[in-house]
Amino acid sequence: MTLLRALLVCLVTLVLSSAAVPPSMADDLQDTINALADGSLKDRAEKVDALLATGDPKVVPVLSQLADGNLYVRKADNRVFLTESAGKNFTLTDPVSGEVIPDINKRTLDKIKANNSLRRQIRDGLSLFALNSPDPAKRLEAAETIFKAQDASALPAIEARLAKEQDPEVSAFLEEARAGLVLSSDASESDKLAAIDVLREKGGRQVLSMLTAAAEKGEGAVRDAAERAVVAIERVLAIWEGVQNIWYGLSLGSVLLLASIGLAITFGVMGVINMAHGEMVMIGAYTTFTVQQVIQSTAPGLFDYSLLFAIPIAFLVAGAVGFVLERGIIRFLYGRPLETLLATWGVSLMLQQAVRTIFGPTNKEVSNPSWMSGALDLAGLSLTWNRIWIFFFALAVFGLLFLLLKRTPMGLQMRAVTQNRNMASSLGVRTPWVDAFTFALGSGIAGIAGVALSQIGNVSPNLGQSYIIDSFMVVVFGGVGNLWGTLIGALTLGVANKFLEPFAGAVLGKILVLVFIILFIQKRPRGLFALKGRAVEQ
Amino acid sequence: MISAFLFRGLAGRIAWVAAAIALIGILVPLSNLFLTPEHALYVPDYIVSLFGKYLTYALLALTLDLVWGYCGILSLGHGAFFALGGYAMGMYLMRQIGSRGVYGDPILPDFMVFLNWKELPWYWYGFDQFWFAALMVLAVPGLLAFVFGWFAFRSRVTGVYLSIITQAMTYALLLAFFRNDMGFGGNNGLTDFKDILGYTLQEPSTRAGLFAAAAFALCLALIISSAIVRSKFGKVLLATRDAESRARFLGYRVEHVKLFVFTLSAMMAGIAGALYVPLVGIINPGEFAPANSIEVVIWTAVGGRGTLIGPIVGAITVNLGKSWFTAQFPEYWLFVLGGLFVAVTLFMPRGILGTLSDATGKLKSLGSGKATALVQDPADASELRKEGEAS
Repeated sequence: MTLLRALLVCLVTLVLSSAAVPPSMADDLQDTINALADGSLKDRAEKVDALLATGDPKVVPVLSQLADGNLYVRKADNRVFLTESAGKNFTLTDPVSGEVIPDINKRTLDKIKANNSLRRQIRDGLSLFALNSPDPAKRLEAAETIFKAQDASALPAIEARLAKEQDPEVSAFLEEARAGLVLSSDASESDKLAAIDVLREKGGRQVLSMLTAAAEKGEGAVRDAAERAVVAIERVLAIWEGVQNIWYGLSLGSVLLLASIGLAITFGVMGVINMAHGEMVMIGAYTTFTVQQVIQSTAPGLFDYSLLFAIPIAFLVAGAVGFVLERGIIRFLYGRPLETLLATWGVSLMLQQAVRTIFGPTNKEVSNPSWMSGALDLAGLSLTWNRIWIFFFALAVFGLLFLLLKRTPMGLQMRAVTQNRNMASSLGVRTPWVDAFTFALGSGIAGIAGVALSQIGNVSPNLGQSYIIDSFMVVVFGGVGNLWGTLIGALTLGVANKFLEPFAGAVLGKILVLVFIILFIQKRPRGLFALKGRAVEQ
Repeated sequence: MISAFLFRGLAGRIAWVAAAIALIGILVPLSNLFLTPEHALYVPDYIVSLFGKYLTYALLALTLDLVWGYCGILSLGHGAFFALGGYAMGMYLMRQIGSRGVYGDPILPDFMVFLNWKELPWYWYGFDQFWFAALMVLAVPGLLAFVFGWFAFRSRVTGVYLSIITQAMTYALLLAFFRNDMGFGGNNGLTDFKDILGYTLQEPSTRAGLFAAAAFALCLALIISSAIVRSKFGKVLLATRDAESRARFLGYRVEHVKLFVFTLSAMMAGIAGALYVPLVGIINPGEFAPANSIEVVIWTAVGGRGTLIGPIVGAITVNLGKSWFTAQFPEYWLFVLGGLFVAVTLFMPRGILGTLSDATGKLKSLGSGKATALVQDPADASELRKEGEAS
């Protein structure tokens, strides 16, 4: 295949070169290229410059192969070739004529060596080349490389390009690259001030370091302007960092919300803590995995929509497990919340081991559909799509559950049982069925949470364990019997965690949050939003 | 009258069990040290180590029973007190290594040299003295339990909430001890111990001695617990468990009662941990895992909570089962353990001992033709309480 392509390339270039380039010029280029093989590394730098100066697009592959260490010289006649490894031997391509010579023994060739400074020189030189590429994306990339490299010699090339650039985006970028170069050159004060203005608009960490350097070296008005710009940029960066932390916190909070909201309603209605709640999340995640496997093997075209199938299926599977758990075990333990806690812990152990036996102990790969991968670049922030989706998904689940509780007969009965079980029972609410359905609903929501969590973490039998303690904390913090408590509890804990992280480190931050909750419980033993009245007194 | 009779019977039984444990504590080490391996009654070294470990587990289960079975506080963080006691002992053993460590530093333990620490952190001072370490084994878990309990009981955190925050406490400690800069060896914990009080830990005689110490500690704890439970204070304890509000309205300071029992129980759990560490030769943050603490609860529940002998039976039975299963069918151990949780809570809420005494009680009542109500029945009593207070 490669050979065929090489042949084709060679044919095309042969036709082109023989038609377009006069033979004498081609010979000149050939000589300049062949000269690369001679002399020391130091001489080579000058020769690279000479090649770059020709402005011929043919030198691009030569130089990039030199940088990659794939440029060889034939010992017999000192001709330089582009090479491609084909098994033990090389396939040679003449850089000028494009002639292909297959199956050459390595021993007949010498590698042309390059060092790091030569590679840097080549990279910067080639980016200047790319500056004139017809593809705007390439030009943008080249401008970025120049901006990062801070090579003053690129200034004339940039200015030349800037004069004829049509694309506004590339133009703006070139302007910034030029400003960066002007700042470090010995241009006039007014030029530098203008450059500082341009850079200040751009902002970002790289500009910050450039301006800091300028402020150290500069004098008078330039130094003052640079210092002002540094302060301004630092302020902007600090704000963005704050925004980023809030976003991370909200994102963590939405995950906690998904994981704990089901727990909160079962705890509210039935007064029992379901220690197997984390395993319902895990079941949801494994359901997602299974759904993806099935879709992959039967209808790969639907793969992007696999999550849409997984959500209702996970809800049903986890809900069914929850229903069986309630009917089979929990209803026999009425009025004994501590025993319920132990029994559900036992169930969680069995579910974990069952999943480990069926699916194996290793992590399973659940892939993101295309609309959830990648990131959204928003000014200084990079927000990954899966986090954004999960955030809104969590809010949607919250909203639906809220409507269910407030607007449906089932929700009315659930609230009645939460507030006063005996009174509700006397008024004809069939409390055992309310319990069973609440438990199934809570477990089903945990299953949905599992679908979401499979998108941001590992799917393993221990998945549930890693969320369960945090979910308890949310419920204990937010209080039971009130969804708002869970929402505010989850988001507060998420944001608090992320804001403590920079100061205290991830682990210590988490410990501080736990200690805070333990202390908080002393102050408000029933959480933030406790139900008022005698019914909650035990 | 019947209850008084049962009570005397219970007391008699505890005396018998305490004597049996003490006897085991004397005979097993003697057999291990002085009989030849060919002798029929010889106890091999590994059995001594293994059962020594079980004895410390039994002690831990007993301390949990004191707060759960007799006071109604389901602590899901008792493993934390156990591990803290273990760390205190581990620090002493670490200091005893001296310059025999890999890096040969006379003062700093190996992991500190490895982390480039220059001097001993202040909280490691004094641990080269056994008496200080022994004091800390009691003081550290006791202090934590006291502070934690003082806050929790004063603000009347009860039931499930209390269980959850005790779990949060042990989880927070787990995370803390995993950190390297806490100065407790991080992930790897403390290990490579050489000797205790000058006796080499690898020697069978030292292990036999540790076995005897564990049996002695268990025996002592049993007698103390029994005395507490049988005293007038013990009655208040039961009243707190069965009807906390009523006990408060009668003028008892239930939060003080709970705090005393909780702190005492934590200190005894610390002793269990301190005996455990030299027997197994390592202590690491894994001991703080919430799952470990819950496992202690199941030992107690299997044996029978609210009976002092139950937890000892339960801890040894479950751990024997665990050793056998994890060797024979490692796949199924979690199924068995999980099933045990479910089965015990559903079918045997009073555990092995409770069920047995039920059976014998029924036989006796059949014989005498009287209906017997067991007063010492935590499950029934708490159910009664729930029904009474919910209405």
